[in-house]
Amino acid sequence: MLSVQHLRKSFGPFLAVSDANLIVEQGEIVAVIGPNGAGKTTLFKLVTGQLKPNRGQVVFKGQDIAGLSPHRVCRRGLSLSYQVVSVFPRMSVFENVRVAVLARRRQVLRLFTPAVRLAGEETWEILNNVGLADKAGLISGTLSHGDSKVLEMAIALGNRPELLIMDEPTAGMSPEETRAAMGLIQRLNGDMGITILFCEHDMELVFNLAQRIMVMRQGKTIAQGTCDEVRCDENVQQAYLGGHGDA
Amino acid sequence: MQKQKLLGSRSLILVALLLAALALFPSMASRYYIYLVALMMVTGLLATSLNLVLGYGGMYQFNHAVFYGVGAYAAALLTVRGGVNPWWGYLLGPVVAAALSLLMGLICVRLSKLYFGMLQISLGSLVWAVVFRWYSFTGGDDGMHGVPVPRLIGSIDGAYYFVLIVTVVCLAVMYLIVNSPFGRVFQSIRDNPERAEAIGVNVRQHQLVGLVIAGFFGGVAGTLFVTVEGSVFPDMLFWTLSLEIIIMCLLGGWFTFLGPMLGGGMVVALRAVVGIYTDYWTMVLGIILMLLIFFLPEGVLGFFTARLGRGRAVREGD
Ligand SMILES: Nc1ncnc2c1ncn2[C@@H]1O[C@H](COP(=O)(O)OP(=O)(O)OP(=O)(O)O)[C@@H](O)[C@H]1O
Ligand SMILES: [Mg+2]
Repeated sequence: MLSVQHLRKSFGPFLAVSDANLIVEQGEIVAVIGPNGAGKTTLFKLVTGQLKPNRGQVVFKGQDIAGLSPHRVCRRGLSLSYQVVSVFPRMSVFENVRVAVLARRRQVLRLFTPAVRLAGEETWEILNNVGLADKAGLISGTLSHGDSKVLEMAIALGNRPELLIMDEPTAGMSPEETRAAMGLIQRLNGDMGITILFCEHDMELVFNLAQRIMVMRQGKTIAQGTCDEVRCDENVQQAYLGGHGDA
Repeated sequence: MQKQKLLGSRSLILVALLLAALALFPSMASRYYIYLVALMMVTGLLATSLNLVLGYGGMYQFNHAVFYGVGAYAAALLTVRGGVNPWWGYLLGPVVAAALSLLMGLICVRLSKLYFGMLQISLGSLVWAVVFRWYSFTGGDDGMHGVPVPRLIGSIDGAYYFVLIVTVVCLAVMYLIVNSPFGRVFQSIRDNPERAEAIGVNVRQHQLVGLVIAGFFGGVAGTLFVTVEGSVFPDMLFWTLSLEIIIMCLLGGWFTFLGPMLGGGMVVALRAVVGIYTDYWTMVLGIILMLLIFFLPEGVLGFFTARLGRGRAVREGD
């Protein structure tokens, strides 16, 4: 479904991503791991169009989408939930999700239909699904960190993506919140058939959720395979996992 | 599940009362006050049109007076020089303003916030300079006086009711727009343009549409000014007025729909009062701006709705 080949991105002289390679098949949950600064966020932003690659290919559903603007990428069925919370802080939780639904339905240029009549049901469905329904009326800027991260996902879901990319979805969450988020990710994949690509530092979560793992280090893909393959990979042992491999 | 409506019943009653008062006003007031209230409505409409892009779109439009002036001049020029029926002038004035807004928008919208504003100021000044210098066509710094007004609205009462009706209709349409999907998405762009783009919104296109709408209604306000005053001046396009309009929005409350209406009314009333005592209107304006920044950053209406909103949220909670 998604295939990234030899992707490269530099910020000035600094090479944040030098050679990223990644394959995601339809229906999978794939994790990207790597130490801080490995280039995971940069890779995700390259895939979703927030950043333009210097070189390389991003093929999604058979078409090269590298360098397309973010809104175009999104319309092809690919959406991103951010590592750093990036919501619409002055709007209510409900409206945050509604605008994403409206955008997907291409209703954003309707001028004279009241928005309250549109996309309500679908928005409630998403909020119920992620467990934010009781906070629908709150201004999103006032949410706790954990809830904001859930809202991040809810907004991305509003686009009804075929491939949902999540950048550290549970970072900063409490253990209970993390468990809930994990359950949600499994439901999204299992029940709704959404293909999922995510990155996380929490190895337990990664090995529990992911079917396959890609390992990055200093902007390079050093391994990709099933959990066991990655766990046994020498490069990975050496470079990253160290003692965590047997955990 | 909460029910969502476009307008609450309490707001509806308030609006109806206000409208009734405005409709009865000419029968109770002197000519001067009828004129003053008409001007307050025109100016409030102007501020509201700016707030479409300022408060709802988060775009720092620094040249809004240009569309006010161009709407007014287009209507006046079409009538006086083009010999067109004034009604057509009123209809076409806003269209010309919207077209100019589209043109300027196409040039400016690619730029980031500050550069957007700066280029707007320079383009706006350019338009002002043309109007100011082209003596033979626009009347230069004298402006144009005695612009014909249709007989139906030629009296001060007639002009007042015309302004009232057009303002109410425009406000209603703008209210629809800010509460439409377009408006909601515009707010999301204001809050976080990068994320809006990421959820599939063509941000530049959206902003451009917003600018055209704001320019159009700014032009409507301009043509209403012609019906009230029967004249147009180059000052209508000058950047100091643009600044004043921004202050009106801030003063009334730029995160509320009716705040700019209130702000516009307040500034006109203040100027009328202050003008009796002093010529230093800009100084007074500066002081207002300073007080605002320190004491009422959300504007007057923003301040009160925040107070009321807190009480209401508690009630809706049960
Ligand atoms: N806009 C930018 N300009 C310059 N350097 C950047 C920029 N964005 C990221 N970098 C650098 O690129 C490298 C990779 O950053 P990136 O955010 O992709 O890492 P990451 O794997 O997501 O790390 P983390 O696990 O901490 O989130 C880092 O060294 C970072 O400092
Ligand atoms: Mg990161």
